[in-house]
Amino acid sequence: MIPPGSRPHAPDPASVIGKAPPIGEATDLLVIGAGPAGVSAALAAAGRGVQVTLVDENPVPLSAMGEEVPLHFGGRMGATVANRNAMLETVLEANPQLAEAVDGGVDVRLGTAAWGLFPRRPTTNWIGGHVVGLVDAQRAYLLGFKQVIVACGRRDMGLAFEGWERPGVMGASAAYRLAKTYGALDARTAVLLGGGTEALQIADALSEQGVRIAAVIEQAEAIGGPAKLLARLTGKGARVLTGHVIQQAIGDSRGLSAVGVVAVDEHGRRTGQRLESIECDTVLLGVGAVPAIELIEAGGCAVGFQPQRGGHVPLLDGSQRTSLPYVYAAGDCAGIWPSKTLCETVARREGALAARAALEALGVPGAGAPEVAPVPDGPPRDVALERLAWVRASILQAPGDPQVCQCEEVTCADILSLRPPRYLGRPQAPGARDLRGLAALGELAPHPDAVKRLTRAGMGSCQGRRCREQIAALLALAADRPLADVSLATYRPPVRPLRLDQLAGLPESPAMAQHWDSWFGMPTQWVPFWRVPASYTVATRSTEGPEAGE
Amino acid sequence: MSPEGAEGGAAVIVIGAGVTGLSAGWWLARDGHDVLVIEAGAIGWAASGRNGGGCSHHHSPLFLEEQSLWPMLDELLGYPTEFRPNRIRIALDERQFRLYRRALENGARQGFRTDVLDPKQIRELVPFAGEAYGGYFYHFGGHANPHRTVQAYAWALQDHGGRILQHTPVLGFDTRANRVAGVRTPGGAFACDHLVIAAGPATGALAAQLGVSVPLMSARAEMIVTEPLQLMGTGGVDGNGLYGRQTLRGNLAYGGGPHEWVELQDMGARAHCTVLQASISRRLCELLPKAGHARVIRSWAGFVENTPDGRPVIDRPASLENLTVATLSSVGFGLSPAAGRAVRDLVVSGSCGFADLSTLGLARFAGLEPGWRALQGWLPAAAGGE
Repeated sequence: MIPPGSRPHAPDPASVIGKAPPIGEATDLLVIGAGPAGVSAALAAAGRGVQVTLVDENPVPLSAMGEEVPLHFGGRMGATVANRNAMLETVLEANPQLAEAVDGGVDVRLGTAAWGLFPRRPTTNWIGGHVVGLVDAQRAYLLGFKQVIVACGRRDMGLAFEGWERPGVMGASAAYRLAKTYGALDARTAVLLGGGTEALQIADALSEQGVRIAAVIEQAEAIGGPAKLLARLTGKGARVLTGHVIQQAIGDSRGLSAVGVVAVDEHGRRTGQRLESIECDTVLLGVGAVPAIELIEAGGCAVGFQPQRGGHVPLLDGSQRTSLPYVYAAGDCAGIWPSKTLCETVARREGALAARAALEALGVPGAGAPEVAPVPDGPPRDVALERLAWVRASILQAPGDPQVCQCEEVTCADILSLRPPRYLGRPQAPGARDLRGLAALGELAPHPDAVKRLTRAGMGSCQGRRCREQIAALLALAADRPLADVSLATYRPPVRPLRLDQLAGLPESPAMAQHWDSWFGMPTQWVPFWRVPASYTVATRSTEGPEAGE
Repeated sequence: MSPEGAEGGAAVIVIGAGVTGLSAGWWLARDGHDVLVIEAGAIGWAASGRNGGGCSHHHSPLFLEEQSLWPMLDELLGYPTEFRPNRIRIALDERQFRLYRRALENGARQGFRTDVLDPKQIRELVPFAGEAYGGYFYHFGGHANPHRTVQAYAWALQDHGGRILQHTPVLGFDTRANRVAGVRTPGGAFACDHLVIAAGPATGALAAQLGVSVPLMSARAEMIVTEPLQLMGTGGVDGNGLYGRQTLRGNLAYGGGPHEWVELQDMGARAHCTVLQASISRRLCELLPKAGHARVIRSWAGFVENTPDGRPVIDRPASLENLTVATLSSVGFGLSPAAGRAVRDLVVSGSCGFADLSTLGLARFAGLEPGWRALQGWLPAAAGGE
């Protein structure tokens, strides 16, 4: 008998044990995202005797913007975004608190995207600690941390209509990012799609910067956002068309020249044939602001669908802590609701609260009485119903068959009929299947990941950023189930498209280089059947011989 | 939840809707047997739907059947599997070249041709390749799309009247004398005349409930996927320690490298990806350096099971009259058409009519040490890291 506590046998040399990557640098508190929540968190933790590192992906490389990552930029980047140094300065100027953080001793890293969060959990134990995967203009690398506050903000729900792939159709948040952070929004006249608080607030800000808002289009019978914001827009000449959707984006390969809008009833059905044309060079997709949870979800934190928080969000305790005790979420990625959108203080409070909890976990007691985490207030709002209504009116009831997944060119009908992708030459098997068959296989609604595998919807280079909410809504509508019944399509690292040669450049331990040809390192696995011994025991097993997997 | 038509059970119940269970169910259903497949999760959700897609297992007694079935599988199933024949394997050094030669020898013995490739031929055949040491062109094997194949099995099975219950964990079994009488689930009990356990990593625990020992240990493996690239003439290109292929869409989908032994009960349902993706990327960059600019857009991880010797078990345990167990020991996708047919034969007649399965029996483990996992060092990483 082996005495307890001693390791009886050497670990399998072909396993991950003993192959942890060298972690070149480490920090105590990592903050990802330098918006109001992230900066507040970093400032709250600065000067408290712990090392604080704040990373932010802005300025995003032009190549990523061209792939609509991380936001749907729609080709509306002004020429200056190609100048990275100028952009770095602009980003710094746009956010004076970044300088404050630097002065306060925070290690601020701009132009640095987080592509993978690997906190310690059962499948990452072999790494030996919490690490984050980062990438900047030069390299991809790993950074160790003890606590992490994720403040990754939001992105825009996409919404298909004929021609929505044209340059000029873009996310509202993307326009705001280009205008406010980069000073480089190339738009003159915009139509805003969506009348919620987030959309109106962005349109108002863009309008202040000289973008003419020609119209606000809302499928519902009333504008949901604040009347005051709407009045500011109409005061500057914006038309308001409720009970309308965009049916068509008109233009050429260079971009938009107009949109055709059409009236719809409460079921999204066209109430007239007449298309009204509105001239514009830009459409701002403002139908839904989506918490950017990809890093959190792929990192293994529990998430849930909370309509009052804007969709799928991490499950948090009263101190912004996720299900993994060393991971916190703050700002828009922790939930989006109107009063939070209108008042930056809410996100800042969340950031400070998360910093306080993280500091305590690091052994630095917090000052003053603990604050209570902000929670959604105001009139109840159901983003599930809003998303379903938009998708019904804009896509399902459209006279054509809008392309929902632009990367993989998958239309609404392709998704609903589970049509094999174009590269297969569209075989129509005699027993062709549809979504009902998939749902009947046992779930309440078809799983987006199952639909993705069969149609490729959501499988493209933008990593499903533009289509995943639409696909989920389509599946809910097809199954006649609430949106909450549709599972979240999983996120997987790298959550930013990352060059193979950059990822390949991460340092690895010498031990990692062994056993690649071995699959499971068992010579016995590959002995041809005509030479297999009749019995197998560990004592008599052959450990010699070639072990290459097949 | 009482699924329609499931009351009263089925002639054959298959536990596990991975490639092996679905293929077995399909073979049985197409022969007119009443089949019910019970799956704890969703079909092909684990390693069956996420793997390299390779179909060239020349060391297996099922190899000949594997080779004869894949080229006709689309037609047999009625749905596309994206199977493409042949495979190129690139060696970057002399050691790899020697290792990969085994396929040539094993293939030749069974009547299949392999061409040896020089570096120039490799550059011509594989546009993304760089300076290789040498390689092989296997005029056998090939690759298919795992996602599409598992769904094709499932639909084909249903077309023949078979039924599939997803999200239905097995709670236990009813036995009568030396027979399995039925399967208990939260959705009710289902009687059966014959039971097939083909439940991947769960196979061992399920068989144990019936007093049958199927020694297994689970591990986590990872893969990466790039954005689509221009199609190479042959998509089935691997080597340098990696397995995988270029998909018909153009993505490079590759895996390999160290695995992680895991205790499944500690894991939760999802096998998360780790920084191993960087090491896979490094080797893919070495294998196909001209694709270094391609962006990695996602990764996969999944749990697979292994027997102590890494070889499959396809057997009817002697202690019960109507039980068949099947685990392909982490190498099940390519062999699935043949493995399913072998299971069908075992269920129907007690022996396989087209291959000698004697080396895949449980009897070989009769003398296995009880502590074999630790003895082989198959240990999970400690919670504190190593």
